[in-house]
Amino acid sequence: MRIELDVNGSKHSVDVEPRTTLLDCLRDQLGLTGTHAGCEHGVCGACTVLFDGVAVRSCLMFAVQAQGSQITTIEGVTPGPGELSPVQDAFCETHGMQCGFCTPAMILTAHALLANNPSPTREEIVEAISGNICRCTGYAQIVEAIALAAERMRGANRPSELRK
Amino acid sequence: MSEPGRHRYVSTDRRVREDRRFVVGKGRYVADISLPNTKHVALVTCPYTAARIVSIDKSAALTMPGVHYVLDGAELAQATLPLMTGLETPNVPRRPLAFEVARYAGEWVAAVVADTRALAEDAAEKVKVNYAKLPFVLDAEQALEKGSPLVHEAHGSNVLLDKTFTWGDVDNDFAASPRKLSLRVKWGRSSTVPIETFGVVASWDPWRDILDVYASIQMPRYADQIGSALRLPVSSVRVHHDVDVGGSYGVKRGIKHTVLVGYLSRRLGFPVRLIEDRLENMRGGDAHGPERLFDVEVAFDDQGIIKSMKMRALENVGAYAGRSPFQLGKPIGAIVGPYKIQSVRYRAIAVVTNKTTQEAVRGFGQAPTNVAIERTIDEVANVLGLDPLELRRRNLIRHEDFPYTIPSGTTYDSGDYHTVIDKVLEHTSYEELKKERDALRAQGKLAGIGLAACLEPSGGNAMFEALLNPKISTTTFMDSCRINVDGIGSITATMHTTSSGQGHETLVGTVIGEVLQFDPDLIRVTRPDSLNSLPSGTPVGSRMAIMLGGAAFHAANKLKAKFTAIGAHDLCIPADRAVYERGEVYDRNAPQNRRTWADLVQIAHRSYHRMPVDMEPGLAVSHVMQVPAGGKLPTDDDRVQMYPCTSFEFHLILLIIDPALGRPEIVKYRIGHDCGVVINPKIVRGMTMGGIAHGIGAALYEEFAYDGEGQMVAQSFMDYILPSAHEVPPVEIIHHCTPSPNTVLGQKGSGESGYLGAPAGVANAINDALKPLGISINRLPIKLSVLGDMVAATQERKE
Repeated sequence: MRIELDVNGSKHSVDVEPRTTLLDCLRDQLGLTGTHAGCEHGVCGACTVLFDGVAVRSCLMFAVQAQGSQITTIEGVTPGPGELSPVQDAFCETHGMQCGFCTPAMILTAHALLANNPSPTREEIVEAISGNICRCTGYAQIVEAIALAAERMRGANRPSELRK
Repeated sequence: MSEPGRHRYVSTDRRVREDRRFVVGKGRYVADISLPNTKHVALVTCPYTAARIVSIDKSAALTMPGVHYVLDGAELAQATLPLMTGLETPNVPRRPLAFEVARYAGEWVAAVVADTRALAEDAAEKVKVNYAKLPFVLDAEQALEKGSPLVHEAHGSNVLLDKTFTWGDVDNDFAASPRKLSLRVKWGRSSTVPIETFGVVASWDPWRDILDVYASIQMPRYADQIGSALRLPVSSVRVHHDVDVGGSYGVKRGIKHTVLVGYLSRRLGFPVRLIEDRLENMRGGDAHGPERLFDVEVAFDDQGIIKSMKMRALENVGAYAGRSPFQLGKPIGAIVGPYKIQSVRYRAIAVVTNKTTQEAVRGFGQAPTNVAIERTIDEVANVLGLDPLELRRRNLIRHEDFPYTIPSGTTYDSGDYHTVIDKVLEHTSYEELKKERDALRAQGKLAGIGLAACLEPSGGNAMFEALLNPKISTTTFMDSCRINVDGIGSITATMHTTSSGQGHETLVGTVIGEVLQFDPDLIRVTRPDSLNSLPSGTPVGSRMAIMLGGAAFHAANKLKAKFTAIGAHDLCIPADRAVYERGEVYDRNAPQNRRTWADLVQIAHRSYHRMPVDMEPGLAVSHVMQVPAGGKLPTDDDRVQMYPCTSFEFHLILLIIDPALGRPEIVKYRIGHDCGVVINPKIVRGMTMGGIAHGIGAALYEEFAYDGEGQMVAQSFMDYILPSAHEVPPVEIIHHCTPSPNTVLGQKGSGESGYLGAPAGVANAINDALKPLGISINRLPIKLSVLGDMVAATQERKE
């Protein structure tokens, strides 16, 4: 069936089976491979995207359910070629990753958190990322990255897509 | 060796170059690689724990639109050779698809190839396999018993390996010691379970005779093994190393997957891809880790000085021999841990059972062994009424004893264990921590302190292979680096393996930058495919800082020497008067006489007439690195130098257990870590933190549990519990640097740090917390449910 999706601010017309997950549609049909399949049963969070600004698991949604909503993937928060968002830069600064597989989802989760809470406590950061499993880092440098990004963003003009 | 603290780039807090592509979602993982006309594989798996395959009816699947092929084990066994194992067990063949008999629930029986993965899964459900159930065995001790069902009947028993080593006068040391203690410790079956499952794409080009392989791989001799199984020259196998691997920590050894899709691509004429789903990964992907039963006995005196140890380790390797039996061998290189135990008897037994096959897991068997040693140390302290820290201090090898040769023949390069412990305790007074624990106990909580003093052997040389299988005579395990300076003067270096998050491009850039005094960020690092690569042992055995870092260091020094020679010749001065500095060469006696980088590049690339006589033109160098310190076969009495370096970690944990729920909570976590000279502090910190998180998982949460019928019951992330950000506490890392004399910069390995001590530290903390109840637990993982039941039962008894 043909559906219209709004992904990263662009409209896409795609032909999907009713059973196609949003994850598979993003990766296989739109070529947005920054969204990753980890467990495909909603636990690891590697497939996280923003659904009208809320971090959701794209493996637990059908593509057809995404019609009429704004979907943001990691490609959508990257400001431009060679550029990094403050959250992305903070992850580089603290080395909040190793293999990078959970990283796009972690960064989207952090974007969603910071959009609503510019000054999260450590506990709030931990709670926010507790649905995203990272097997490499033990989370410390991820938590630090998000705190650093928050601190930097508080001191700067906030990007328009996060101003709600 | 260069001196620590005298570096321009090494040990400085620089960013990790790989991170830029990961934060924008531009890593290139295997599932992101799409070759035109690729077809997809789904697997038909055996529902029974052991069964004879009577017949396979493919007809319904093959009539489905979009389905291209159904491959069974008989066809594949006929067309390919069994996978390499390393042990002399010809009657335990391991193949990608079960042939005649399936030996564990979930074993792959047939592979369906279709236009999409979804279609392949649909068709896999239509493949009808007729099975005849067979008797099975799940428990390692039962597998040893006479009359037990045989997993591989032709082998005649379930034992793959049973070897006893005696180093030193164990019997006399035991006879002469006034005290003995024995302990049984069980390490449950868990693994590293990366968030990216294993995946591979293979594409056969029949006109060029090349099989292109893109895989999420961390496997020594990968191309060799593919070539052998597929009966192809290895020069016809092209493994692409520029594939990012989404975590591995040892297990991504997907050789069976690769042989399967490699065969299919050759058979069918199009690229074939297999990306495991989570169930395939956890059940049939052959990626489980050790499941090991230890019986430890130690002989000691009234002061707690441990003289001798006997250890029996029984490993349940699952249905086939992967690398697992060798994981009993690696700990021989640190069999006494950091302690001065003078004699050891070690019996290593590996048995097959009807469970999933194991592969290599972070530390290659060392973490379980460290738990056995550290639990024993605590129990010795208990029976003597000594403080466990004091007991450790009395037994630890002292700084002045290094280099120190342990009974099994490995010489530990360096260490300063007492100082590391003192530094940790500077941050937290041990006495105050004990007061804090006692105050928690006074509030009715179960509180305990856990200590663990553990080693991370690093710079893997795989000498355990020759130790466990005398027919193997491998004494090298190389790594390599090539550097080319192009005609305009920019530097490109190569490394020759995949990475799974260890930051090897950063490592290579940093080391070359250090030697050439050149901004590392300006040094390009690439990964040629296997046909264009120099030898690489791959990132196993905590070896890349030592081995790839060493190769990069030596290659850069060759380049520096070449620059210096060219400069000296062009300046018409003797070589020893020429000084290399930041890319320029000048005359020590007249520093104004110099040749710039551009001059030297010009000469090497275009002005052969200005080159020293007989020197190769251009600026290309390479170095193939031998593992330091080893290189010899085991002696007749089974002593051998294993890994060249030993990193040290000391864990100090305060933990409470909710007495009603049995839920453990780590209140404080400190670790002292000495891995010599740190090349990139961000990377080493991340490795240590990640290792601790993984170790907490192995100690408390993670287990591939089976029911009595041999069905794996932890089949999803809802049952196999990976620690989330909630379960991993803040950890304070206290660094110490004892440079290794065996490495180019004084570096040691850190790829397994944290994981090698955290399970032992957590287990000791739990046991200290349980001590007031008079109970103990020596079976990992120490699950909440078990702990809760134990505490409740004990309290009921007391009431």
